[in-house]
Amino acid sequence: MENEEIRVLSGIVMDDNQAISLAELCRCCSLPAEQVVTMIENGIVEPIESRITISHWQFRGESVLRIQTAIRLKRDLGVNTAGAALALELLDEVKALRQQLSIRI
Amino acid sequence: MEYKDYYQILGVAKDAPQEEIKRAYRKLARKYHPDVSKEKDSEERFKELGEANEVLKDPEKRAAYDQLGSNWKAGQEGFQPPPDWDAGFEFHGGGYTNDQSGATDYSDFFEQLFGHNAAGYSSSFGSKHSGYRAVGENSHAKVFIDIEDAYLGASRSLTLRSTIVGEDGRPQLKERTLNVKIPKGVKQGQNIRLKGQGSPGNGGGEAGDLYLEIEFNPHTIYQVNGQDVSLELPITTWEAALGNKVQVPTPAGKVDLKIPAGTSSGKRMRLKGRGIPGKPPGDFYITLAIVLPDKLGDKEISLYKTLQQETSSFNPRVKLGV
Repeated sequence: MENEEIRVLSGIVMDDNQAISLAELCRCCSLPAEQVVTMIENGIVEPIESRITISHWQFRGESVLRIQTAIRLKRDLGVNTAGAALALELLDEVKALRQQLSIRI
Repeated sequence: MEYKDYYQILGVAKDAPQEEIKRAYRKLARKYHPDVSKEKDSEERFKELGEANEVLKDPEKRAAYDQLGSNWKAGQEGFQPPPDWDAGFEFHGGGYTNDQSGATDYSDFFEQLFGHNAAGYSSSFGSKHSGYRAVGENSHAKVFIDIEDAYLGASRSLTLRSTIVGEDGRPQLKERTLNVKIPKGVKQGQNIRLKGQGSPGNGGGEAGDLYLEIEFNPHTIYQVNGQDVSLELPITTWEAALGNKVQVPTPAGKVDLKIPAGTSSGKRMRLKGRGIPGKPPGDFYITLAIVLPDKLGDKEISLYKTLQQETSSFNPRVKLGV
């Protein structure tokens, strides 16, 4: 095993303040634009402002992670895009409920 | 080498029909998928399931595997396949198809039997599936920080292990250390993207990105909810009754809090903007809890008795109808 030391790295926090374009979203997820658009049509992610031309669409940073999760669910479990969208919504709900539970305890 | 009982992993009998194997795999895959499951070892379990399925779903591989005999127990060491164990078996299609990336994550047991390129398609979590694309895969890792780090920012040194394809074409583990800056104001579950720190690209392609997921270490006194932080603050009975200025710890340091006179236990107070920093910052919530000493002194007991005799009109349970 090799071991190498690398300089201090700074990254980008993928949060609400970080808007990314459709092209960037496709690149981050290694997915062609048509497939990302299908995910958008199924509500997996939403452009911040959807009433403008596609080339101007901007997405929240967390969209990258949602699409990456959807890709894994589709590939590993054989669900279709709508199924992945449903799973993601239910997972969001479970996460919110778990959070409430941990506060109350 | 450790023998793996693929039937046991999928929870099916050795004579299970192909349909049943398919069902068992799908059910368990949904249960242990790392994006879905909260169990700690879900990633390991999921990989194991994928490997078992890879062998058992393919009648050719399954027959070859069955031929190894049933004397082997799961986890038993010292397994070596007989030299001509696969004679007479021909693997088609899903057999020796080269996985483009080469770096699949199967166990030694699997590789010994079917070779490291035997996985026609790989279903293991986070595995490469890039086909002919030259861009490297994105990698994911978790980084644990303290709540205080989210207030102040921090640097973390992480050691990441990744599988890369060696010069001889076989996958090998490579360890590398990264020093990463954790910016101020990160929240639980948020990801930091480090461009170009994922897996290297194929054929001169760009490297993928590394995503670091932020996870807070559990804290003894603080609780975090998104950007808000909360704390339970113990106070005395007289502080609750008469009001007082007390010190409150926050991850950014101590602050003074004025408890108003006549405060009941359970009252929630908010320090605006004292949560995790950001634009806007979160809030800091304090829940007051009246606490009595473990043992009351004689003086205290007599004072409480006076209080009891002279304020008998107060009934805190009036709303409960008793």
